[in-house]
Amino acid sequence: MFKPAFRLFSNPRQSSVVGRLTRMNMLVSAAALVTACAAFFGYDLASFRTAIVEGLSTQAQIAASNTVTALLFNDPQSAVNTLAALKVSPSIVYSGILLPDGRVFAEYRQRAGTVRPQFPAMPPAQAEAHWLGHNRAVLAHAIVFQGRRLGTIWIESDLDRVNNRLKHYAGIAGIVLIGSLLAALLVAPIFQGAIAAPIVALARTAQEISRSKDYSARAAPRQSEGEISVLVESFNEMLAQIQSRDAELRQAHGEMERRVLERTAELGAANKELEAFSYSVSHDLRAPLRQIDGFSAILMDQCAAELSPDARRYLQRVRDRAHHMGHLVDDLLSMGRIGRQVVRRRDTDINELISGIQSDLAPECEGRRIEWRIANLPQISCDPGLAKIVFMNLLSNALKYSRDREVAVIEVGHLAGENAPVFFVRDNGAGFDMRYADKLFGVFQRLHRSDEFEGTGVGLATVQRVVQKHGGHIWAEAQLEKGATFFFTFTPGRPRAKEDSKIPAVEVLREA
Amino acid sequence: MKPDPVELLYVEDDDADLELTMIALERGRLLNAIHVARDGVEALDFLFCRGAHSGRSFSVPKLVLLDLKLPKIDGIQVLRAIRQDPRTAVLPVVVLTSSREQKDVIETYQLGVNSYIQKPVDFTKFQETVRQLGFYWLVVNEPPPAAAAHQE
Repeated sequence: MFKPAFRLFSNPRQSSVVGRLTRMNMLVSAAALVTACAAFFGYDLASFRTAIVEGLSTQAQIAASNTVTALLFNDPQSAVNTLAALKVSPSIVYSGILLPDGRVFAEYRQRAGTVRPQFPAMPPAQAEAHWLGHNRAVLAHAIVFQGRRLGTIWIESDLDRVNNRLKHYAGIAGIVLIGSLLAALLVAPIFQGAIAAPIVALARTAQEISRSKDYSARAAPRQSEGEISVLVESFNEMLAQIQSRDAELRQAHGEMERRVLERTAELGAANKELEAFSYSVSHDLRAPLRQIDGFSAILMDQCAAELSPDARRYLQRVRDRAHHMGHLVDDLLSMGRIGRQVVRRRDTDINELISGIQSDLAPECEGRRIEWRIANLPQISCDPGLAKIVFMNLLSNALKYSRDREVAVIEVGHLAGENAPVFFVRDNGAGFDMRYADKLFGVFQRLHRSDEFEGTGVGLATVQRVVQKHGGHIWAEAQLEKGATFFFTFTPGRPRAKEDSKIPAVEVLREA
Repeated sequence: MKPDPVELLYVEDDDADLELTMIALERGRLLNAIHVARDGVEALDFLFCRGAHSGRSFSVPKLVLLDLKLPKIDGIQVLRAIRQDPRTAVLPVVVLTSSREQKDVIETYQLGVNSYIQKPVDFTKFQETVRQLGFYWLVVNEPPPAAAAHQE
């Protein structure tokens, strides 16, 4: 309900703490002053009126006793003279003596034109009565001699003095009110210093901190005790906590960065070590193998006559194993090389890639019946050299494991994957037991004995490495003696789930 | 009386490899006028008639067969020294080594090697390789005339 009044000062939404405190202060002092003035005013009014009535009564009694003789001797002139003495009192405007029959015995008028007032009926048993009007007071007093009522004296007085006094009173009250409001305004800075200033300073500090994010800043502490100093202290404590957390965070971040650098350096060193290792492997491991094979060969050639057939067979075994280890070393080295190679993607025609591989594999196809089913494959973005390694390994595997078939069927196709084609290479060869599928891509892991199918166990590991370097996935499905299918992508992202692809893979193949 | 001027300088530190290579050369009937150096320093001393070979009268062989992994001075440094000297700058050098590390292949070709051959693990293939390269460089190929080297 005070809002409209507030609005006179300022927009309440923008009002600051200082403004609010000042207004509150002024309102409180104004209310207190108005109440106090009203109380004094009321009391003063009541006592002043009582004093007037008492004054009139005294004058009426004096006049009554002085006019008894005039009434007894019926001498109105003497009564008029007595009444004329009332002129010393400037507030008495009229006075008159009425006989019990209602006739006027004598009169006094302050001014010639003063009208005789209407006399109210006086209660008969009373010796005195008075009436107070808005600006007139009337008093009636009975004139009694030896128990006989001779007449009644009426005095009418104006209340100008009272009213003037009230006006002065109101004026003084107004001046005091304005003065006190001004004083409240003047006192406002003291409030500001005592209550508002610390809050304003706190608000400024908070604003500054949220702007600069400098949590080392602090609000100025207060000497006094109380809610404001508690507020300031809590605020500072909060800042200290933020600052320490900030520092911890920074430290953790720095630590993390340091660790990343450390790990990167370690990784670089490990890579270097690996390279040095593979370098010395290629030098130092191949040489003894070659020498084992060489001297075995020379032994078989030059001492042929002295060797039993068993001895010759054992020597041949030594040579075979040396050759095999030579292949292992070579394959491992090539896998390491491929692993370190950077993927350089460009649009690659997979069909072209495959026909190249087919002619590379021609010697292995000699004397065999092979049915190639090569679908029309899409162009994709991949490293052509690395993709060739994938297809080369998978196709030569398909050839190898299907060599016991009268007609080997080797299929290359693709399925629509979620975001890229899923390629597959399928054969009708020896297949493998799906229970061991998890070992398929491990280095040196083989699912066939080497007297069934020769190999080093590095090919599929290399294939997987290449696919993974492209961000792609590879998985296989097979059945013993019914063939194997290898699915793979060269694109980052999740390929179609195995379960989903299983059935479409077969369907697509049948359509093709 | 001195033997025929050396036709083949073979730089090899490994005993077993040396023996196998010699057998392969022998079987290819390419054993005449061969000198073996067992490390890089010895190879350069022989070529440039220094140290133990200071008494030798300078002559350029038809071919240097160079292993890369050698004690003291490695094959690449030997190759560089050969190419830097005007007398041997065009001398045919064939690297015959165990590895075919890309950086070795690239570096030796950049230094001007004439051929880079990885020793096969299979002795049958090794023997054939040595026979072929010996036959090619010592018999088939026309070496640069001595005058060509001096004109550099």
